[in-house]
Amino acid sequence: MGRIEWAMWANEQALASGLILVTGGVVAVAAQFKGWPFAAYAIAAGVFVCLLEYPRGKRKKGSTMERCGQKYLTAVVKVFGPITRNYYVRAILHAALAVPAGFLLSTILGTACLGIASAIYLLAAIRGEEWNPIEQKPQERPQVGGGTIKQPPAMPPPRPPADTRKKPPAEVAGQENPIPVTIEAE
Amino acid sequence: RDKKFYYTRVLLGCCRRTMRKQLDRNLTFHKLVAYAIALFTAVHIIAHLCNFEWYNDSQQAADGSLSSILSNLHQDEESNKWLNPIHTNSTTPAYVTFTTIPGLTGVIITLALILMVTSSMEFIRRSYFEVFWYTHHLFIIYFAGLVIHGIAGLVRGQTAESLNKHNPEHCAQDPRYWGGNNTDSHCEEPEFGSIPAEVSPSITVCSLCRVLLATPRSAQAVAVVHPSKVLELQMHKKGFSMEVGQYIFINCPSVSHLEWHPFTLTSAPEEDFFSVHIRAAGDWTENLIDTFQQQKPKTPRIEVDGPFGTASEDVFQYEVAMLVGAGIGVTPFASVLKSIWYKFQHADQRLKTKKIYFYWLCRDTGAFTWFNDLLASLEQEMEESGKTGFLNYRLFLTVWDNSVGQAAFNFDNDTDVVTGLKQKTAFGRPMWSNEFSAVATAHPRSVVGVFLCGPQALAKSLQKCCHQYSSLDPRKVKFYFNKENF
Repeated sequence: MGRIEWAMWANEQALASGLILVTGGVVAVAAQFKGWPFAAYAIAAGVFVCLLEYPRGKRKKGSTMERCGQKYLTAVVKVFGPITRNYYVRAILHAALAVPAGFLLSTILGTACLGIASAIYLLAAIRGEEWNPIEQKPQERPQVGGGTIKQPPAMPPPRPPADTRKKPPAEVAGQENPIPVTIEAE
Repeated sequence: RDKKFYYTRVLLGCCRRTMRKQLDRNLTFHKLVAYAIALFTAVHIIAHLCNFEWYNDSQQAADGSLSSILSNLHQDEESNKWLNPIHTNSTTPAYVTFTTIPGLTGVIITLALILMVTSSMEFIRRSYFEVFWYTHHLFIIYFAGLVIHGIAGLVRGQTAESLNKHNPEHCAQDPRYWGGNNTDSHCEEPEFGSIPAEVSPSITVCSLCRVLLATPRSAQAVAVVHPSKVLELQMHKKGFSMEVGQYIFINCPSVSHLEWHPFTLTSAPEEDFFSVHIRAAGDWTENLIDTFQQQKPKTPRIEVDGPFGTASEDVFQYEVAMLVGAGIGVTPFASVLKSIWYKFQHADQRLKTKKIYFYWLCRDTGAFTWFNDLLASLEQEMEESGKTGFLNYRLFLTVWDNSVGQAAFNFDNDTDVVTGLKQKTAFGRPMWSNEFSAVATAHPRSVVGVFLCGPQALAKSLQKCCHQYSSLDPRKVKFYFNKENF
């Protein structure tokens, strides 16, 4: 239990809360319940929370599953630096966002859920967790031979002796590579 | 990766321990029910949000409309004949929600449901199992609240008695004349009563049973250490009995008081102990293996919960069985193969299997040396019994590296240089079309059961092959793919 990253669960909870806020808000606005301006606010807050929470942070240990298409939002969330990285900020932000939705029955569930998410984020922050973006790794060329081959030959066999290789390949008679060969940078 | 990925069936949080197959359901069904509950909860809540809003509006309306008249009926009397549950003009739907039993229980159980759902997301479940496991116990609150939720009967209907004296289709047109001595309309004031909603008693009983009837859990364990940091725990527990393909939860208080981890049973029911093979794949497993390797004078205490999951008796029903175990998914097959072998040797009538094709796919055999040894001993026993043809197994190593390359050069050796087994290791993934057509050719009139413990993508390709190679002619070969069995 010592290695649980609470922020991951807080993230799921917050995302769910955002959706619940939006749903409750839409119902109240559509049916024009009394006090529906609070519901309109809840829709806006819910959408904001969803956008903020959609990109999953990177786990400290192990690989993290990205949500579908999250890299675009990751780029945006990353821009805000410490504001989005720090979970204390998120805890307080969610608590603050949750309050106005508590004045209307349709959205009060969203308030409760977001409040719980805020509490879990607070726990995560106390334990020193941080939001780190999941970066796209550049595609590495697969190492042939486990990295032991530093200068693989550029031409398939039969290879002419070294001195004749200095001539440009177009002048060497007859050999056609069935598989395209890329020239390694020396 | 930890074995908790292929844990088998769990029903709705209740009655997991039963021996009766009918009461066990698989994981997919549980998730399906959960999604359905979530969906209907959403619909239910939205409906009641509208209800409370409209009840409140009706109560506050002073325009003499049908709703306001209906709302005012029977409000001041002691009798319980009102229709509108909201009795004052100065309240809000939110206040009513939190001061009535259905409202309050509704909010509480919905929160419990939401917490259960967010902690059950696949990512959380796979990475932080305890969060999922302990949060899921909120189902106790959920069911308790659910039982109480409908008792108050806030949504009401006209009583049968009242319907005799007041026909709404006729009387609704002129509410001003209700109850008067007007002989034309014969409309008394309508009276309303509760329609309490009840929760099925079986679910309640089931949940209570599971919670209350916790059986004593201590087990005695003997540890056997295998290469590549695999620990086999051979255990005895009073009253324990298992079937193939089941799993247990293990807790070791000296490692962690609160953590329970699921492991597939690797022993056959015919053996006099039950065992699991634990591989170092995370903090708890590493600590557990260290604890047992230290060989303290007193063996660490182990607690066992289970077994859970459906017994896969189907495996024994097929004349020809194709068993595919991918990576860690090979574990339940240890139990299956051992059990089949025992049954075969003792000419058990329940065993219909005449031929087994076992496919073992993994990246490297390092962590499964114990399984390797199992296959070797089965191989030997089959030779001794003169029944070499019974089990046909093939190992596929799906990762290529230098050491594997050497094996390819030792083609002429009698035993495989990677595994030491008589049957040679193949590299890469199996070509299922070849395998299936070979089996179909060898057994043109049999019913072949295909069992998989492995990733979903593999399930899809096997399912496809089953369809492709099954003959339309009922007398000829048929492949049945058994999903979710492990």
